[in-house]
Amino acid sequence: MSDATTAADSEVAKPPMRYGCPLTSVGGQQVIHVDLASYVKVVRQAFDDQFTVCVDLTAVDYLLMPNRSLPAGIAAERFEVVVNLLSMAKRERLRIRVQVPGEPPTIASLFDIHPGTEAMEREVFDMFGIVFDGHPDLTRILMPEDWEGHPLRKDYAKGSIPVQFSVDMADPGQLPGTPGGSR
Amino acid sequence: MSDIVSVIREGNEPAQGLEPRDQKTARQLLREVGAVLRMSEAEAAKLGGIPVDPDDDQTMIINMGPQHPSTHGVLRLMLELQGEEVLRTKPIIGYLHTGMEKTGENLTYMQGGTNVTRMDYVSPLNNELVFSLATEQLLGITDEIPERATWMRMLLSELNRMSSHLLFLATNGMDIGAVGMMIYGWREREEVLRFFQKVTGLRMNHNFIRPGGVAADLPPGWRDDVLRLLDMIPPRLAEYDALMTGQPIWRERLQGVGVITASEAAALAATGPIMRSTGTAWDLRRDMPYLRYPEVDFDVIVGSYGDAFDRYAIRLNEVRESIKIVRQILDKMPSGDVRIQNKKVTPPPRARIDESMEALIHHFKIFTEGFKVPEGEAYVAIESPRGEIGCYIASDGSATPYRMHVRGPSFVNIQCLPHMLRGGTIADAVAVISSVDPVLGEVDR
Repeated sequence: MSDATTAADSEVAKPPMRYGCPLTSVGGQQVIHVDLASYVKVVRQAFDDQFTVCVDLTAVDYLLMPNRSLPAGIAAERFEVVVNLLSMAKRERLRIRVQVPGEPPTIASLFDIHPGTEAMEREVFDMFGIVFDGHPDLTRILMPEDWEGHPLRKDYAKGSIPVQFSVDMADPGQLPGTPGGSR
Repeated sequence: MSDIVSVIREGNEPAQGLEPRDQKTARQLLREVGAVLRMSEAEAAKLGGIPVDPDDDQTMIINMGPQHPSTHGVLRLMLELQGEEVLRTKPIIGYLHTGMEKTGENLTYMQGGTNVTRMDYVSPLNNELVFSLATEQLLGITDEIPERATWMRMLLSELNRMSSHLLFLATNGMDIGAVGMMIYGWREREEVLRFFQKVTGLRMNHNFIRPGGVAADLPPGWRDDVLRLLDMIPPRLAEYDALMTGQPIWRERLQGVGVITASEAAALAATGPIMRSTGTAWDLRRDMPYLRYPEVDFDVIVGSYGDAFDRYAIRLNEVRESIKIVRQILDKMPSGDVRIQNKKVTPPPRARIDESMEALIHHFKIFTEGFKVPEGEAYVAIESPRGEIGCYIASDGSATPYRMHVRGPSFVNIQCLPHMLRGGTIADAVAVISSVDPVLGEVDR
């Protein structure tokens, strides 16, 4: 008897959960905060629960926001991968936020569950330098393959890269607009 | 830990291009095929029918693009060919990358519209709409947007869908060889753009739909202009039917080409006409409605074979559905404000600036500093002509987005190409690229 009451009490006190992860809901949008170890497991569980389309996968570099609000038990990391799942059967969306630690930050790839994430994970790798373990072809997708740095990181300065031409001209001074040009 | 992680940790990034067959293991090749079908490599191997291991000296890798006229801009495809047959494909993108998501982090929410509108430059108003809806969601003012602004947004969004699909009909015709169609499609699209010019001042890149409403009211005589469009376009669509839909050459060229099934489209997260061509009736306007779409009556057009012809027919008929929606919008267009009367978001009217010092200061502050958006994050998606366009904004409470990400439908849809092209001929590649209707500005952002 007393067990039942404590169970009921703790249920009220506990934050809402989904697939064993803290669930927050803002403006009708459901967000679950998943830890790195159970990421793939939760996505597969959601897949079995009719979330069969992974519409979007992106990341945020929270370098300048270390004290953002997260549910209890989730430790803030610099990088966060954000996955938007869609269930066409239930007409419902579910957002997954994962804190990604490490240098380089490393997280498992969703390619084997949602092959459509192939390009999205490449984009996140290109823009943030987050490595997706198990991705079949992890290369830069938007930037040239010899590019250095990851542009969407917060410590990557904006507008400080001179326009580069990969053509090795004998006299770059002849080309208007190139660094070192004689204008 | 797999090989790729240790390779990247050592600072060696692999090359972008399509690797020759002899540098790939059979397992890797089968994984490419099997993943789309959500199968293991072993199951994929059992399928057969896929040339798993042709002789190396029989295949060649060629580049199609980035300067090929049928690649709609600067898309480059690396094709592995065995004779005429396409075995593997890899789209190489990024030639138009201008860092728009990075730019978006440095523009205020008020200026953000000028940035996102340049992504999918064929349907700019849908881009502005999704960005505005995401901002409004963060501000918590979604329910306070005036009725007239909401219906104007719907009107512009539907007209934009028409102009975008008319452009598709033009380029699709041109790619397949119906070159006359290029002129006709462009001609009709221009009529729609002329209306946009009258309303917004610009043919493209309008920055007209803004957080809080729209920039200005519709000009006098707008109703006659829209009615003229609605009377003019249906007979022209009938002409297209006569020119293309029923023609045996047109059908031979498109039917059974670039086939994709419903489960494959879902696995690849393809949306819009590609998803609907497989028979899945999925349209965000009906299934996850936004604005006032539940109050208008329209049909979701679906195909049954998932081929290039279905995708052509769907877009052609979606123009007709949009016309139907626009007629209902004309009947239901309410009067009233076109911007939210929330001083935080909306600048004061021009006349007030002349008579009130406070209004002048307010005007100055809102245009120099912008308005602050509470901390949080939101993802909003709408149905653009190409599929689901989503906008993810993470806010840190300042006047600029901390992170602004746009889920471009073209970027995702283009990843269907390797699957659609596999086993087809290189001549069909042109038809398939065209049927996906990518806009490279949105692919590369």
